[in-house]
Amino acid sequence: MAKQTEIRYLTPLSVDVKKKKYCRFKKNGIKYIDYKDPEFLKKFLNEQGKILPRRITGTSLKFQRRIAQAVKRARHIALLPYVTDLMK
Amino acid sequence: MNNYETVFILTPVLSDAQMKEAVEKFKTLLTKGGAQIVNEEDWGLRKLAYPINKKSTGFYTFLEFNAEPSIIESLEVNFRRDERVIRFLTVKQDKFALEYAEKRRSKGGKKQDRTEKNEPSKPKRGEKAEAVEKETVLKEKEN
Repeated sequence: MAKQTEIRYLTPLSVDVKKKKYCRFKKNGIKYIDYKDPEFLKKFLNEQGKILPRRITGTSLKFQRRIAQAVKRARHIALLPYVTDLMK
Repeated sequence: MNNYETVFILTPVLSDAQMKEAVEKFKTLLTKGGAQIVNEEDWGLRKLAYPINKKSTGFYTFLEFNAEPSIIESLEVNFRRDERVIRFLTVKQDKFALEYAEKRRSKGGKKQDRTEKNEPSKPKRGEKAEAVEKETVLKEKEN
């Protein structure tokens, strides 16, 4: 009987609650993006290993440039792949 | 004098002693050229994200040093000539990178621990699989 309560959400609850995107580097005061930390850089890549656009991650232009630089360096030293499938 | 950092990958076919000898060669090259080595990290044998020269692993070494810009060219020429080096990257540290590098050095021990923990991740998966197996066995028993 307890299972019934779990299935009750047939109608979507509230659709128009939009979260404001923000630049995580500005918010957390990160000044340098390390190319030697592939696990961190993976947050800004999609499953194929492509760099996610700013409109999705909400990163500011300044740090988007630095992310791009760091990702490209990490790819060069084979810490990140240039192309893949199902990276995560 | 500028601050630089360089990462290079050596072929996995080398023995441990050969690898250390190769690293030593580049370090002496730098010190002879008047560079001061600030930090050296050996990341060990790591899996490459994609095969390079048909090799899927490599020995990573990371060096930080202060040097005149003219040394960099001779260092990179030596990297290119050396067949043991399969990939290298030299970067000049800007002020933010310098700050970050100092922080990294101060907690360097932790960082290395993390890489060591990351490497034997496969047995963990094995453990998980075992756990799943145990669960299924238990379920079967319940049935």
